[in-house]
Order: sequence, then C-alpha cells, then structure tokens
Amino acid sequence: MSIQTLFYIGGRLIKGLLVLFVIAIFNFFLIRAAPGDPAKVMAGEAGAADEVFLQQLREQFGLDQPLYYQLWVYISNLVQFDMGQTYRQQMPVFDLIMDRLPATLLLTGTAFVLSLGLGVLVGVIAASNHRKWIDSAISVAALVFYATPLFWLALMAVLLFSVFLGWLPAFGMETVGANYTGWDRVVDIAEHLVLPAMTLGLFFTAVYARMTRTSMIETSRADFVKTAKAKGMSPGRVTFRHTLRNALLPVVTLAGLQAGQMIGGAVLTETVFAWPGIGRLMFEALFQRDYNLLLGVFFISSAMVVLFNLVTDIIYCLVDPRIELTK
Amino acid sequence: MSILRKLSTNKVALFGLIVLVFLVLVAIFGPYLYETSPWKMVNRPFMPPMENTDLMLGTDTMGRDVLAGLVYGARISLLVGLISTLIALLIGVPLGATAGYFGGWIDEALMRFTEIFQTVPSFALAIVIVAIFEPSVYSITIAIALVSWPPVARLVRGEFLALRNQEYVLAARLNGQTNRNIILREILPNTLSPIIVMASLMVATAILLESALSFLGLGDPEIMSWGYMIGAARTVIRQAWWLSFFPGVAIAITVLALNLVGEGLNEALNPKLSGKRES
Repeated sequence: MSIQTLFYIGGRLIKGLLVLFVIAIFNFFLIRAAPGDPAKVMAGEAGAADEVFLQQLREQFGLDQPLYYQLWVYISNLVQFDMGQTYRQQMPVFDLIMDRLPATLLLTGTAFVLSLGLGVLVGVIAASNHRKWIDSAISVAALVFYATPLFWLALMAVLLFSVFLGWLPAFGMETVGANYTGWDRVVDIAEHLVLPAMTLGLFFTAVYARMTRTSMIETSRADFVKTAKAKGMSPGRVTFRHTLRNALLPVVTLAGLQAGQMIGGAVLTETVFAWPGIGRLMFEALFQRDYNLLLGVFFISSAMVVLFNLVTDIIYCLVDPRIELTK
Repeated sequence: MSILRKLSTNKVALFGLIVLVFLVLVAIFGPYLYETSPWKMVNRPFMPPMENTDLMLGTDTMGRDVLAGLVYGARISLLVGLISTLIALLIGVPLGATAGYFGGWIDEALMRFTEIFQTVPSFALAIVIVAIFEPSVYSITIAIALVSWPPVARLVRGEFLALRNQEYVLAARLNGQTNRNIILREILPNTLSPIIVMASLMVATAILLESALSFLGLGDPEIMSWGYMIGAARTVIRQAWWLSFFPGVAIAITVLALNLVGEGLNEALNPKLSGKRES
C-alpha cells in the first residue's frame, strides 16, 4: 500500500468521524428543540416517567447545567459508548442496541447480496434482450416493485407464503421453544430469514436491475465494446468480460450509497416480521415513546452506514486503480 | 404546451397522467361525493368486501367503511407528497445553485453539508424528527422535505457548474448584471427541465415515505391515511386480508402513475438521455 493510499483512507476515516460528530450534535439539539422538559422528552411520555428516573436523567446529562456543558457531557459520554439507560428495560441503551445489531446485519446483509446479485442478473438479461418482450416484461416488473410500499409487500408475503401456503414462518427469527442447536438452528434461522430478506431485497432488486440495464446499454455503445465485437469475440464474452465489468461500476457505487436506505427499510420489514433487530427496536422505542433509545438507534444506524461506506471506499481504492485518490 | 403534446404521444405516460388526474379529482372532490366519514362505525366489524353493496370493500376492525378510508386518504397522500417536494425544492435549488455558480470554498462547504444529509439513513431521520416533534401533517411534511432535498441540490449544482461558463452567462456578466440576476434569470430557466423530472419522481417517493411513517403509527392522528389503515390492520392480517390489501394497492397505483409521468416527462424534455435512440 502506498503512502497516498494510506492518506486517502485516513482522510475518509476523518470524514466519517466528522459526519458522526455532526449527527451527535444534531441529536443533542433535537431533544432540546422538542417542546417541554428535555428530561421528560428523553424519558418519553410526559407524566408516565417517575421522578426518580427523571432525576437520574438530569444528573446523567447535566440537564440543569449550561448548554455548552451539557453538550460536552453528551459527547464525552458518547465517545465512551454511554447513551444512558432505557426506561422500560432499565438497561444501557448501547448494550441493548448491540444485542439487537447482529440480527439486523444478518437481514440487511442477506438482502443486500440478494438484491445486488439478482438485480445485476436481471438487468443484464434485460439489456441483452434490449427492446424484445423480455426486456419490456422486466422493465414493467421493476416499475411495479419500485412503486410498491415495502411494508405492504411484506404483509402480502406473510399472507401468501405463511397463511395460505404455510411454507414459511411469518414471525420472529427462531422457532420459539424449539431450542435447536448446531445445524438445525442454522436451518431454522434461514427459514425465518427468507421472507424478510426477500421483501426487503425486492425493492432494491428493482433499483439495481434498472440501473444495470441503463448502464449496460450505455456501455455497449462504447468504442472498446465495438472493437471487441469487430475482433469477432463471441457475444456472451463481450457481454460479460467487456460490457458488464465496466457497467458494474456505477451500479456498485449506487448500491454502496444506498446502504442507509436499506437500514430504513429494515425498520419496516423487522416491524412486520417481528425480526429482533435494531429496526424493530426503533419501532418499540417509538411505541414506548422512549426517545433516548430512539436517538441511540438512529445514531448507531448512521454509524453503520458510515462504516459501510468507509469499507466500500477502501475496497474500491484497492481494487480499482482508476479511482482518484485526491478526492 | 409542446411538453403536454409530447407526453400525450407516449402511451404509457399518458396512462399514468390519466390515472393521476383521476386521483387528484378523488382527492379534491371525493369527500363531497362520498360522504360516509372514514371514522364512523357504519356496520359490524370485519365485514368482508362485496358482502354488502353499500360497503363494497368491507369494514375494518372497528366497523368503519374501508372505501371511505381510501377516498379520504387520497387527499393527505397527494398533499403531503406535493408540499414536501416543494419545500425540498426550496431548500435544494438555492443551495445547489449557490454551490455550482460560485464554486470554490462555498461549493466545498455546501457540498460537505449536503453529503452529511445523504449519509444519514433518511427514513430513520424522518422517523426521529416526526416522533420528537409529535406526529402532525406539518411535522411529517417537514421531515420528508428535510430528507429529500440533497439529490436536488446535487442535480442543480451539476447543471450550474456546466452552464456557468457558457457564452450567454459570460455576456450577462460583462453586461454588469448582478449575480442574483444571472442565477435567477439566465441560468435557472435552463435547468428547469431536469428539475421538473426529478420533482415528479420525488412526489412519488414522498408518498411512499408518508405511507411508511403512518404505517409505523407516526401519522397525523386527525387524518385518515392509507399507511395508517395498513398499520392498523397489520396485526389482523390473518383474519382480514382486505384491510391491508386495498390501501396498499391505492398507494402502489398512485406511486406508479407518478413514476410513469416522471419517466414520460424525462423522455419529452431530455430526448437525448431517454435511451430511446437507435443502438
């Protein structure tokens, strides 16, 4: 790795941390901009929280101190991964989120790989049959899925595959009380994963398929593709080795940028499927009006996006030497 | 007018436009023509569709008319979609125009700011804003606008960067026109077509966002909306499929119509980019 590369990665890292810092400040002021006593806002429903807990919050966040001091306390706590306690569970917010994070990573990770793979495949099929019926059919399907609300699709999937056909479990991540171990447990989780990952992935499959199709059609007009064809290379080889490789770049870039959208989608899918991740936790926090927890989930999910973008940036600059390092 | 004529030759876009006009009419006049209140209990709960000719789409968990909910819900969906897009344009266009026109450190600073908004998971941000400022039409509209403006800013910036050294701009500058005048009178009119296309697609996304917020229980408690209907029916999906089915179809049709019109506009306004040319 060259010095230049290291500088590039370092720069990206600092930028990511800066974004998180801004989000933390945003969270801080959001609580204080809300109408009412910030301790009560943090604790949730006014009146429902008891005085002891409110006092605990005031002390912990220094709410009777001047604003700059409060900000200092907030940020220094955050740096030490201290986001306060949840009201209902009486558990540190950070621990609770970390508890739920693996489930979300499993769901979004599966959905991401699934939608990118399927989307690119479908996009290539559409582009190589440009303006034939199969291209139109794919375009129509992509348009429809692009317009369908995610949560509705999830509910309809439950209706079709769990209620009517009875093929797949509709709720949770594991069969309650079955206590599977080893391979059985893996199979059990995989079965529970199918519907949430499919519904979360479908919208993005539509997005990537449309992108791949456009990108493929554009790239196929490039000179190097014409050259490859003129050399007498087989159409399949031209499509995969020349066109696709170059057409993929914008698609993958977009996919990386959309990691954040996937976390948003996870809130909806996890709510419908009772998937025990941070999306579901966000819904529970909403339901219990536990805003401290809500902001904690928001912060951690943003941190996940920043981390994901950082990793893709690094992979990019290692894989593709054409990426400008100066940016 | 030529835009409309071009649109009307595109059958798919025309179809979208007709559906859209119908939805707008329902949103405006529906509640006067279909007077049953979506909140009123009109019959026994859980009545399936087509069982009673007065209640074509059945009743919900509290015996309310599902069709009335659909009719009244059109208004909030379209209104929130439209107004939040307008606000997003009011944020994104000036920001992008300033960044692209002046360049340099102003551009750098504004684009860093935009980038932060683009990194943050937008739906989660919208949830947080609506929850903390209490769900209402206003907080929902503002939240959606706040998460939708970054792509506008980037688009407008790109257009301004490309146009700011064009001859007519240089001529205006030599003429001694103020920057404000050049931005508003000379460059902005030339960036309108991509902005219009993007705006029509943004309305669609905003409607999806609004429905998702209402689905999570973050809708305005005073107003019947399609997302709320699905959210309320979520737990009874096994007993009553129609409660979530019909509102979802309504959302999908609305969003699809808007997307079709948006793509049609794109082809009519940017014929070079439409991908329709011979390959």
